Amino acid sequence: MEVVKIENVTRVYQIGKLETRALQGVDLSIESGEFTSLVGPSGSGKTTLLQMIGCLDQPTSGHVIVNGKDVTKLNRNQRADMRRENIGFIFQFFALIPTLSAYENIEMPLLLNRQGTAERKERVMELLKAVDLTDRANNRPDQLSGGQQQRVAIARALAPRPALILADEPTANLDTENGRQVMDIMQKLNKDTGVTFVFATHDPRVINYARRVVTLQDGLIEKESKPVKK
Amino acid sequence: MIQILKMAFRDLGRNRRRSFFSALAVGAGLALLILMASVIEGEMGSAIESAIKLQSGHIQIRAVTYNENKSSLKWVDLIENPEQIAGQIGALNQVKAVTPRLYASGFLSSGTQSAGARITGIDPLSPASDPYREGVVSGNFISPDDREAVLIGKPMADKLNLKVGDNVSLSLNTSDGNVQDQTFTVKGIYSTNTYGFDSATVFLPLVKAQAITQTENHASTIFILLKDTALTDSVLPALHVSSNLEIKTWKDLNALFVDYEAMAQSYISIFYLIILAISASVIINTLIMSVYERTREIGILSAIGMRGNRIMMLFLAESSMLAVGGVIMGLIIGVLATLYFNVNGFYIGNMGLSGILITDTIYAKLTTDNLINLTIMTFVVTLLSGFYPAVMASRMQPVAALRAEK
Ligand SMILES: Nc1ncnc2c1ncn2[C@@H]1O[C@H](COP(=O)(O)OP(=O)(O)OP(=O)(O)O)[C@@H](O)[C@H]1O
Ligand SMILES: [Mg+2]
Repeated sequence: MEVVKIENVTRVYQIGKLETRALQGVDLSIESGEFTSLVGPSGSGKTTLLQMIGCLDQPTSGHVIVNGKDVTKLNRNQRADMRRENIGFIFQFFALIPTLSAYENIEMPLLLNRQGTAERKERVMELLKAVDLTDRANNRPDQLSGGQQQRVAIARALAPRPALILADEPTANLDTENGRQVMDIMQKLNKDTGVTFVFATHDPRVINYARRVVTLQDGLIEKESKPVKK
Repeated sequence: MIQILKMAFRDLGRNRRRSFFSALAVGAGLALLILMASVIEGEMGSAIESAIKLQSGHIQIRAVTYNENKSSLKWVDLIENPEQIAGQIGALNQVKAVTPRLYASGFLSSGTQSAGARITGIDPLSPASDPYREGVVSGNFISPDDREAVLIGKPMADKLNLKVGDNVSLSLNTSDGNVQDQTFTVKGIYSTNTYGFDSATVFLPLVKAQAITQTENHASTIFILLKDTALTDSVLPALHVSSNLEIKTWKDLNALFVDYEAMAQSYISIFYLIILAISASVIINTLIMSVYERTREIGILSAIGMRGNRIMMLFLAESSMLAVGGVIMGLIIGVLATLYFNVNGFYIGNMGLSGILITDTIYAKLTTDNLINLTIMTFVVTLLSGFYPAVMASRMQPVAALRAEK
């Protein structure tokens, strides 16, 4: 099944008189259960493309279809609903709410989805276990290491059982060991739960995890490859 | 919702000092409003009450042609059989005291000094004369059969250098337009702490005043005190007077003061607005700062699917908490300050507002009306000031979460 379909998407940033064509007509289709990496030099449009897929931003032209819905036709609130119900995010800067504990951060999307107390608790505990942070449940983000914070972010992204998780350079601020741990967890979750992962990265070790690699260059898809390994 | 309140509370806790000072700004504003309102209430209330008690009474009955400023003693300007009218009015049960009075203008002189005086003939035994009796600071109060005794105010005694027992010469106009001189003895010196009154008013027993001015048994006015100021309107229908007389209430008699009060109220509203505007701008400023600081966080919340109106609620929750904290602080500070000035008062001396009697010390007086209104006003203004920053937060784009650098 197709989770994401991008049709001839462009995105032009305009700052004063300066126009930047971040995406110049991208077509891309992502199937359910993929573990796909977006690569390319800095400025090639990886983050911009993730924002389009994630309904965080609107394309200048073209269509973005997520779960069969054309999100370019949705209003602000509908896009927020779309994100809440179908898409999880993992960012380079661990992007947790600083005033909430690990537990509460993971619980947040469940609260937004109005799930019951017992159900929420069960789900959060299950996720804390999956990212191996059960003993850190009550710590605030500033009491956690970068790797631990990123694992909380993964658990949060996963909590509402989204169809799709988008990660923008999830390991860029982590050392090799923590980066490896994070990627291992993502890979395992992808295998176990079948959730689709799309991640942008520069890191060759991370690219190694991908089963499909999409290379961007100057806002266009330059090539695609399916590395066969392990 | 509970989660939103919890987050809001912790967000305020994150920058405790800033939150505290913003709440304090609201609190200080409210405290200032409460104190101001109480002082004004105290001043206005006591000024009008003392004007009624000392000078105007609640109601006076006078000749239609009587001119207060001239203290006219012409027959047509006086009341012919005041005791009889007073007797009828005294039977009404809202009435505390009713007594005829006679006013004449003149001056007192002692040695080379002299001072203009408003000679007032009173019935020393009437309860309406109690405020003067209670004000005696040296010597004794006058009695009805005194024939050579006067009671003078402390400022007048100071000016003319008079002590109890000293002689003083009194010159005053009479009903036929002549001037009569007579030497009196200062029997007592009084003070009502109201300079405008004490510096000019000289008391004689009514009978003596009538004799010296040759007005026989006439009076300038019938002075009526009620059991309560609020009863004034209810008494009016029960009063019937002949067509050459008219009835004046304390509002007519203190028209200058009533105007002054209305004017003062409108100036004060401007002060209120200024204070509220200051509180509001502090809150707006704090919240806008906090919205900018948390651009990324707002972006994250938005990215994980929080709708704009919920984000707005988060910020409104913060401003409500600031409002609650500020109002509590304001109530504590404001009530304590008011209590202090309620007990100790503050001394303003002789403000020199001519035509208006103001005591020299103002005692703050806090009414529940003022307290409730000002508290609600402050609370609402604080909440409203939270609105703009909250809307700003709710309009932020979720991309900020990915873009903003640490
Ligand atoms: N908000 C913006 N306003 C203006 N230009 C922007 C904005 N965001 C991105 N761009 C421009 O769009 C182009 C693509 O940026 P994008 O962030 O998608 O690249 P990237 O592939 O993610 O790069 P990196 O690997 O450095 O993260 C760049 O030239 C960038 O300068
Ligand atoms: Mg990028």
